[in-house]
Amino acid sequence: MALKTETMVLNMGPQHPSTHGVLRLELEIEGELILSVKPHIGYLHRCFEKHAEAMTYPQVIPYTDRLDYLAAMGNNFGYVVAVEKLLGIQIPERVEYIRIIMAELQRIASHLVAIATNGADIGALTPFLYLFRDREYILSLFEMTCGARMLYNYMWIGGVSHDIHPDFVRKTKEFIIHFRPTIVELNNLLTFNKIFIERTANIGILPIDTAINFGASGPVLRGSGLQFDVRKEDPYSIYNRFDFEIPTGKGLVGTVGDCWDRYYVRVLEMEQSLRIIEQAIDNIPGGDVHSAIPKRIKPPKGTVYSRVENPRGELGYFIISDGNLNPFRVKVRAPSFVNLELMGELCKGHLVADVIAILGSLDIVLGEIDR
Amino acid sequence: MYQFLYDLIGNEILAGLLVAVVPLTIILVFALFGIWLERKVSAHMQDRLGPMRTGWHGWLQTVADLMKMLQKEDIIATDADKTLYNIAPVLVFTGSFAAYAVIPFSSKLLGSEVEIGLFYVIAISSLVVAGILMAGWSANNKYSLLGAMRAAAQIISYEIPTALIILSMVMLTGTLSLEKISQMQTSSFWNWNIFGGAVFGLSKFLLIPFMIAGTLIIFTSTLAEVNRVPFDIPEAESELVAGYFTEYCGMKWGMFMLAEYGNMFAVSAIIAILFLGGYQSPIGYLGNSIGAQWLIPFEQGFWFIAKGLALVFVQMWLRWTLPRLRVDQLMTVCWKYLIPFAFINLIIIGIISLI
Repeated sequence: MALKTETMVLNMGPQHPSTHGVLRLELEIEGELILSVKPHIGYLHRCFEKHAEAMTYPQVIPYTDRLDYLAAMGNNFGYVVAVEKLLGIQIPERVEYIRIIMAELQRIASHLVAIATNGADIGALTPFLYLFRDREYILSLFEMTCGARMLYNYMWIGGVSHDIHPDFVRKTKEFIIHFRPTIVELNNLLTFNKIFIERTANIGILPIDTAINFGASGPVLRGSGLQFDVRKEDPYSIYNRFDFEIPTGKGLVGTVGDCWDRYYVRVLEMEQSLRIIEQAIDNIPGGDVHSAIPKRIKPPKGTVYSRVENPRGELGYFIISDGNLNPFRVKVRAPSFVNLELMGELCKGHLVADVIAILGSLDIVLGEIDR
Repeated sequence: MYQFLYDLIGNEILAGLLVAVVPLTIILVFALFGIWLERKVSAHMQDRLGPMRTGWHGWLQTVADLMKMLQKEDIIATDADKTLYNIAPVLVFTGSFAAYAVIPFSSKLLGSEVEIGLFYVIAISSLVVAGILMAGWSANNKYSLLGAMRAAAQIISYEIPTALIILSMVMLTGTLSLEKISQMQTSSFWNWNIFGGAVFGLSKFLLIPFMIAGTLIIFTSTLAEVNRVPFDIPEAESELVAGYFTEYCGMKWGMFMLAEYGNMFAVSAIIAILFLGGYQSPIGYLGNSIGAQWLIPFEQGFWFIAKGLALVFVQMWLRWTLPRLRVDQLMTVCWKYLIPFAFINLIIIGIISLI
């Protein structure tokens, strides 16, 4: 007679140290082996899209901060680019440069959190604090500019809320000088650590065709080896003026598209962001950052879809205007939401401990998944 | 120690109790100090200050935390198996506490002079596994269960390389008594077992590399036995919340914590005795040179605790530097690397000791 066995269902979250917010994962496990993973979302739903319909166009901006709260500048950027496209206005050069510097600084800050938490989930707590120390530097740059450290409401339709501080350029250059050695330190301490490689290489391999079929974007897609970046493919703002590369996963220590590749793409992207900032910081033209802000924002009837490259991937805004002061519909294409769908695919056949490594390498933010 | 107290008091039970109080005091004081040290070490490694407000550099912080823990409500989940749930922390604590009975802190400060001290330590520390399994099963929590299963597998596996290295030392020294092993490594650090022990001639130099290898193996495997990073998968806080003691709170949780820090020092003490000369001073005694014999046991105590703490510091250092292994990789490290190497080490040391 065969022994009757049952699989065990383990609820990971919504209150769990490493589900990055309030995600609930329903794991079906046999011992430590994963049979299936079902993500349950919605614990952080705040009706952003419905709220947006009841507000004027500028009033929506603070709400976009709260989507991907680790990359609020990027969210602002995506929204204002979309509305500006709808309005068809030109914005001053100075504003474009400031926006790009802010967005790239934000990308570094966001990748720092992604890398740090990925490491901390695997048990490396010291790199976590080192990286947060450097993120602090960026946050104080933002604080100096607009007074906020996390949710900035900085980019306005047609401009930015505050001009940069007189010290901003000098401090940003200082940051670049200070930050380059940190990347080297990070690589020594974590990236090429034998145990870290053991834990992430050949884990959660995402083949390129699966990535494309699921609609993955950002470092998750690039980790699988596809050179796709909205900044290059569909340049918005003035990204076509800058010289930078798109790092992709090469399978340096394992297979292309594993957790380590996704992680390492982020490390390399920080370096590229530094390059963009370096090119932009010395060429900020003079002018008034408020000059192009329309007094009354009432776009003509029509629809617009505009996408930007957020740290987590392609962030798209689809806006329908019926010619009123408030949008008829705002739909957000959140990169984390799409990337999270890969969870079930990636975790099959791995162990419980790998779920954490894979989730960390997908780098989700629940704020934009649930909206 | 017991004999001394018995002569002093003249009552068997009272003397026995007093002897038992000594290790208990040491384990409690060390646990308090160890937690504070861990927080300070981690803080300074991470560009932080750690606790600073309570007392000088926060040294009263753990005392305050302990006070808080003692006052906390004892919550037991409805579906928990209450008997096992209550016994488990006691058993775990007993396992690590009882090991201190045979550890010679100095030639005078020794709980009980057991001839088979090493055997006793291996046997009594296995109690911890039973306690952990009980804790994991009785709490009726899936995370606890997974943690307990991992812990049992890990601790039992890593006992083998530990025991093999201990066996090689028993072969070399010809005794199971911790006190005798300490006595053998007297007079200078050159006589420590890590440098081949107090023998002379060719065999001493042949032994040195294998002794160093043995020290590294036993350090690694004891690290796993006390569930420290990179082998802390039973309580991996990012995966299993807190592993087998997820459901515990208040002083019962505190007992797991005390046991963990107690174990850290206990295994460091065993390594110090086996390889680093136990309580022997590396440079000779001040008491001998100034002719004050009474000073020597105190000096020995100082050296023993210094060696133990140095090893504890290395454990903490590793914890705050390395990530954590996965459960299958952990088993690979043990069965594919440590055990074969420990075996080879055992055989070679056996051959050399015959020369």
